[in-house]
Amino acid sequence: MTYIAKPRLHHPTLPINKVGYTRRDYEGKISTLCAGCGHDSISAAIIQACWELDIEPHRVAKLSGIGCSSKTPDYFLGNSHGFNSVHGRMPSVLTGANLANRDLIYLGVSGDGDSASIGIGQFAHVMRRGVNMLYIVENNGVYGLTKGQFSATADQGSQSKRGVVNSDSPVDLVALALQLGATFVARSFSGDKNQLVPLIKAAIVHPGAAFIDVISPCVAFNNHAGSTKSYEYVRDHNEPVNRIDFDYWPKREEITVDYAEGEVVSVTQHDGSVLRLRKLAADYDPHDRIGAMNFVQQRQAQGEVVTGLLFVDPQPEDLHAHLKTAETPFNTLGAKELCPGATTLEKINASLR
Amino acid sequence: MKPIEAVNDFVVKFANVNGSGSASANELFARAILRMGVPVSPRNIFPSNIQGLPTWYEVRVTEKSYLGRRGGVDLMVAMNPQTWERDIKEIESGGYVFYDSTRALPKSKFRDDIQVIGMPLTEVCNSTYTDPRQRQLFKNIIYVGALSALLDIDPAVIEKLFSEQYKGKEKLLDSNVKALHLGRDYALSNLQCPLGIKVRRTDKVGNKIFLEGNSAAALGAVYGGATVCAWYPITPSSSLAEAFQRFCQRHRVDPQTKQNKFAIVQAEDELASIGIVVGAGWNGARAFTATSGPGISLMTEFIGLAYFAEIPVTIIDVQRGGPSTGMPTRTQQSDVLACAYASHGDTKHVLLFPEDPKECFDFTAQALDLAERLQTPVFVMTDLDIGMNTRLCDPLQWDDAQAYDRGKLMSYERLEAGTEFGRYLDVDGDGIAYRTLPGTHPTRGGYFTRGTTKDRFARYSEAGPDYMENMQRLLRKFETAKTLVPKPLLLPAPKPARFGAIFYGSTSPAMAEALDALAERGILVNALRIRAFPFADEIVDFCNSHPWVFVVEQNRDAQLKTLLVNEAGVNQNRLIPVLHYDGTPITARYIVDEIARHASAHTVVPFKKVVS
Ligand SMILES: Cc1ncc(C[n+]2csc(CCOP(=O)(O)OP(=O)(O)O)c2C)c(N)n1
Ligand code: SF4
Repeated sequence: MTYIAKPRLHHPTLPINKVGYTRRDYEGKISTLCAGCGHDSISAAIIQACWELDIEPHRVAKLSGIGCSSKTPDYFLGNSHGFNSVHGRMPSVLTGANLANRDLIYLGVSGDGDSASIGIGQFAHVMRRGVNMLYIVENNGVYGLTKGQFSATADQGSQSKRGVVNSDSPVDLVALALQLGATFVARSFSGDKNQLVPLIKAAIVHPGAAFIDVISPCVAFNNHAGSTKSYEYVRDHNEPVNRIDFDYWPKREEITVDYAEGEVVSVTQHDGSVLRLRKLAADYDPHDRIGAMNFVQQRQAQGEVVTGLLFVDPQPEDLHAHLKTAETPFNTLGAKELCPGATTLEKINASLR
Repeated sequence: MKPIEAVNDFVVKFANVNGSGSASANELFARAILRMGVPVSPRNIFPSNIQGLPTWYEVRVTEKSYLGRRGGVDLMVAMNPQTWERDIKEIESGGYVFYDSTRALPKSKFRDDIQVIGMPLTEVCNSTYTDPRQRQLFKNIIYVGALSALLDIDPAVIEKLFSEQYKGKEKLLDSNVKALHLGRDYALSNLQCPLGIKVRRTDKVGNKIFLEGNSAAALGAVYGGATVCAWYPITPSSSLAEAFQRFCQRHRVDPQTKQNKFAIVQAEDELASIGIVVGAGWNGARAFTATSGPGISLMTEFIGLAYFAEIPVTIIDVQRGGPSTGMPTRTQQSDVLACAYASHGDTKHVLLFPEDPKECFDFTAQALDLAERLQTPVFVMTDLDIGMNTRLCDPLQWDDAQAYDRGKLMSYERLEAGTEFGRYLDVDGDGIAYRTLPGTHPTRGGYFTRGTTKDRFARYSEAGPDYMENMQRLLRKFETAKTLVPKPLLLPAPKPARFGAIFYGSTSPAMAEALDALAERGILVNALRIRAFPFADEIVDFCNSHPWVFVVEQNRDAQLKTLLVNEAGVNQNRLIPVLHYDGTPITARYIVDEIARHASAHTVVPFKKVVS
């Protein structure tokens, strides 16, 4: 079901990517979020990443739960199918969609309330199943859409706009994803486009469960002094672990590993894509799941937010591999391929007498 | 007291302890009778427990093919001291009890009006076997052997069943045959054989098959083209998903590539299992889940989404006793309203009511078609009684010429040709709009699916008129559903009748027998078996053409009756509920007694019209 887009007329000054689209073609409806909401910056980063990756917009299925963050799929990739499902249960819908047609690219967008509170169960299970997707949590530590209640990622002791102090300890989705077997785990900041765009690109081409937790301050309810998810707080406490230069080779081309000793670790992925990771922390190894868990926890204890690619499995398997499903998308199979037929049924009948 | 005499028409009940390995021996007994050409209808009555609690297996031997429960027991195989008293109480006057007399019981432990057959089972068993496991298992086979002598069952038939079961396992085969004859020989030389009740060879089984409803529904899903199954274990539906897995492994693996043309996910809970089905349905795969009452409760938010966003979803609800955990291993028809109106807001859903495994197969395959045709959730409402009991039914049939109904799918070609697309546009006036699948076209046909209100072009809208238009269209769609679902079936009385009776699902075989018995008593009843909701117009006509209509159901609150009143505008004064809800399958006797009681009340006392 792949269709090459017909060449269309574009404004002559707009650059066109390899599949013939301008950046405009990756935009969606005009956002209705609060001006300055971190979520809009993430939408912009997704647009940029998809354009740079030369993805045909309609080959992306974008799914979300409920919340301000979950509204954002309406604001990018306007020609692709979106699905605003129910609160916290996007992961199961995405899993089903992915099983029905493995040929599309799956992008799940969620909020911290959506994923860490009501949806923590589904978040956990979609990671451990290894569904091939990019799962982004737009993490602001509050419920935006229902106006400022704490979410489960809010730090203990942080203050809500109404002055309530959060007494519960926070859920760290990155730690959870690492523990549950996600094969690509990163954390970023909505205000750091230079870091976020390459991370999104790398996560999209990663053929397994990729998770990016993006700190995304809520200007309306969580950008005040006392909040640990405000712009200022994050800027002051951010320690990037690495920066990614990203190259992508399409499937079946020769796998090239561009590896420079010292500062660069090359991650060769299962499908032939290679990530070149320029490490800022010289001792950081993104292939080490346990190390990543330790590192994140240690830094966290010191009140620091670690951003960057924390872990990637260069040989990921996805749910389809686990289930040994056919290459052909299920949604194209008909009775001819699926029905065992009347003769077989007669035999089944005979065995039941 | 004269002992009961009956050939090919009696009820044997086995009282055992859960986990004692009696299940396969008891089934062997039922199958042996079946192989002699005599229809049987067995039922498991089991506790929500793995080991230790009482369990029963009731076999109805029924030359007339009455496959419902009759009520009463002619021969009790009383192997469980825990339930001795109530087991003895259940025996019909003149009936028989077979028990292990290794430790003989005093006469006071029995009734005067029953025949007592004691056999020192444990003693016979222990004198032959030393291994405790063998003692446990072969004791069951020994009593089957004794029963074969008592009921005149041909031992060759049982040996044949053994040889099929233990093909290639000669040692097991020999030891089972030996145990069988140990029991049989003891009975022949020490007990009076045969009893007044016996089995005689006949040819009443024909080409019927012997199958569980859950397996049949699973096969229906395979034949109906389901590729995605997401489920969460719950009695009595788990064996359905497990059977689907088994059948898929056999029939859906590509012989060349060894790849699976199916995906089965045991989800983390019912919220996820229905979510997976919703996602797969949205993306154009045929998907289903199987669950029971508590699962339906958890799924309702998603069911509302599927209804409002118009996504094909198939749900097989194998009903059990509710509310809450209720009676998890007992049967009821008590999810009717919960499913018909599942979720918040104004929703109504299509329900199908299969009567037996054959219809479990047919209706599951049909549900997958209907869900895509109507782009909505479709429920197959079975229950534990059909789902987990092996039933005799007509052979399954499939027409290879039939293609799957994919419903109104907008293709790339049509979009390319410029056909107008509005996801919620009622182009054909039947309430069903066209849909596109994700990835169909680079610039046309893309839209956003959501549970919130939208306009005809799927644009977010909170405008009242858009909402109302949408809700009205959904009603039109429900009217269309009426024309697509299975029609009700009329069982007319032999002569004109003033009473009507409505029933559905697993009540069917008991009802068939009850109608015959009522007719013999001169109570004539026209019966209508409802096979689906929304209700066909015939159902309303049927109600209107009888002054009184019995609505026979297996729940406390007369749920189908409520639905008839709510949704078909039937005058509720005409409807007389006949309700059975103790968790056991309804019996013919119960129906006869209830209908006869009401019928006499309504004939003796003239019906007075209330004038207001
Ligand atoms: C079952 C259910 N419960 C509650 C709600 C109400 N609700 C809507 S959005 C939301 C929180 C969203 O928070 P988050 O996921 O953090 O997203 P944000 O708005 O902050 O981006 C809640 C509780 C709902 N829609 N459904
Ligand atoms: S309330 Fe917060 S999260 Fe929601 S749109 Fe406004 S700034 Fe963004």
